Amino acid sequence: MASLIQARDLTKLYRMGDETVHALAGVNFDIARGEYCAIVGPSGSGKSTLMNILGGLDTPTGGRIVIAGNDIGTMADDDLAVFRNQTIGFVFQSFNLLPRMTALENAELPMIYGGIAPKERRERAAALLERVGLGARMTHRPTQLSGGQQQRVAIARALAGNPALILADEPTGALDTNTGKEILALFGQLNREGATVVLVTHDHEVAAATKRTIEMRDGHIVSDHINGGVAAS
Amino acid sequence: MMRTSDLIASASRALRSNPLRSALTALGVIIGVASVVAMVALGSGAQAQVERSIASLGSNLLIVVPGAQRSGGGVRAQAGGGMGWDTLTMDDSEAIAQLEGVVAVAPSQRARTQVIANGLNWNPQVEGVTPDYLVARDWRIASGRMFDETEERQARRIVVLGATVANELFPNIEPVGQTVRMNGGTFEVVGVLESKGQSGFGMDQDDIVLAPLTTVKRRISGRRGRADTVSQISVKAESEDALTTLQQDVETLLRQRHRTREGEDDFTVQNLSSITEAAAQTTQVFTYLLGGISAVSLLVGGIGIMNIMLVSVTERTREIGLRKALGARQGDILRQFGLEAVTLSVAGGIIGLIIGVAGAWLMTSLFTLPLVISGWHAGLAIAFSALVGVLFGAYPAWRAAKLDPIEALRRE
Repeated sequence: MASLIQARDLTKLYRMGDETVHALAGVNFDIARGEYCAIVGPSGSGKSTLMNILGGLDTPTGGRIVIAGNDIGTMADDDLAVFRNQTIGFVFQSFNLLPRMTALENAELPMIYGGIAPKERRERAAALLERVGLGARMTHRPTQLSGGQQQRVAIARALAGNPALILADEPTGALDTNTGKEILALFGQLNREGATVVLVTHDHEVAAATKRTIEMRDGHIVSDHINGGVAAS
Repeated sequence: MMRTSDLIASASRALRSNPLRSALTALGVIIGVASVVAMVALGSGAQAQVERSIASLGSNLLIVVPGAQRSGGGVRAQAGGGMGWDTLTMDDSEAIAQLEGVVAVAPSQRARTQVIANGLNWNPQVEGVTPDYLVARDWRIASGRMFDETEERQARRIVVLGATVANELFPNIEPVGQTVRMNGGTFEVVGVLESKGQSGFGMDQDDIVLAPLTTVKRRISGRRGRADTVSQISVKAESEDALTTLQQDVETLLRQRHRTREGEDDFTVQNLSSITEAAAQTTQVFTYLLGGISAVSLLVGGIGIMNIMLVSVTERTREIGLRKALGARQGDILRQFGLEAVTLSVAGGIIGLIIGVAGAWLMTSLFTLPLVISGWHAGLAIAFSALVGVLFGAYPAWRAAKLDPIEALRRE
């Protein structure tokens, strides 16, 4: 099976005053289409940097990363914007819904930048909200929704661009345990339906809900294994 | 690429979400545009007033008077004709009438004498004229009639009164049919002129009595000079464009007739339109000055927009970060924030235009000036406010577009 993501000798340096910080110090991995995988590590491990690069929000200093045929390191700002719009679906810890918009309008937002016609947009956003179980709350604003419901809206929004990769940054971090489990179950369901999902978390319990765990520390991958057993690579 | 309709929707949503702030921000532009529009309208009104009062002397009019042009003389100093020059004659007048582009030629002889009626007396300007004088000077009869050419030739003792004279001598009765005494003789009033008001030089144009030219020469001022001299010849051209050419033709003709060379003229041809232009230019400078001062307040309004847009970009940093993460390009963000600024300034411009027009209407009716508002001025005010929006919205929008999405999403 062809890899969706190929990372080779990936490095990222930050200059902090006189000191150079290796946020990523030569990282290699592959993620195939249809995987459900977690990147774990404590803060400062480089997992956030890796996530930003995976999402096309940042570019690597060295090495090469190709996602769905896009060589991230060589892309200009506007190309990265199109890449984020067409290839990536973001889910954030704090939901990041626009407070003055309804659930439906929030779910439509990426399609606005994709230049999709209003009628088609509306229908697709409505179908996605049905899919995440919010069919009855389309005209609610974020403040009228619970945390779990807000994260469902955010997941519907992430699915709107029909992305090759769903990238979730601590998606359960702002939720209580039960709601968090429901959201993880939703990711599991989406994965069974064919979506490639990458979770970034510091929580091993959350990682355990996925099929594969990539563990990071000090800019290196320290372990990469299929959950419930053997190493993957 | 974002659709235009979505761009407009998102800008209007952002502005409506904080209506008071939007209104106050636009207020700066409203005041700026309103004062520019009102001041320019007021200045243009004053300008039109000056032009109108000068035009009331007669349009497309050349006035030929005896004597050479003296610097700074102007119309008033030479129009008297009582300066010892008897160089203009009836024959000159008839010769001018043969020139191309002439509509009417009216020789006139000025005199001053007391006019008595009903035991009241008055000291107006008495003008001996031919019936064409009314045509040349754009003057109309309010009641009664003008004397005709036969009556003029016969030197009949009849007069047409200016509005001021009619009011002074016949305060309570219809003047037409009454008689007045001038220079010991009795004259019948056959008509009253329409009021013209003050001339551009502050003279009461209605303080006048028109009598047949022959009558004036024989019975009032005929005591000196040759019988056929006149104190003034009014020449009306067929159009304003023809005026300059006609002025040259008249000068050439009179030089031939008087056997004088250029520079030694014993007559002067005055062109009223050039005087009008000079006066209009003065008020136009005044208009630009007023407009320029008010434009400063428009500038202040623009700075207000920039200030609020910068605050708005800071407040919405997270939103900008999210939009970028979801695929907004720099151009999308730039256009969204730019459009918000332009919408604020153009809306301010439109409201300011309405208030400015209302203000101009109020002021012009207070000062009894004509209200002059051209579509050109209105369009310019709107275009200028849009320009203010673009200029002062550009920097905040650029700041928003350049935000790093990672930093922006991390911001609380």
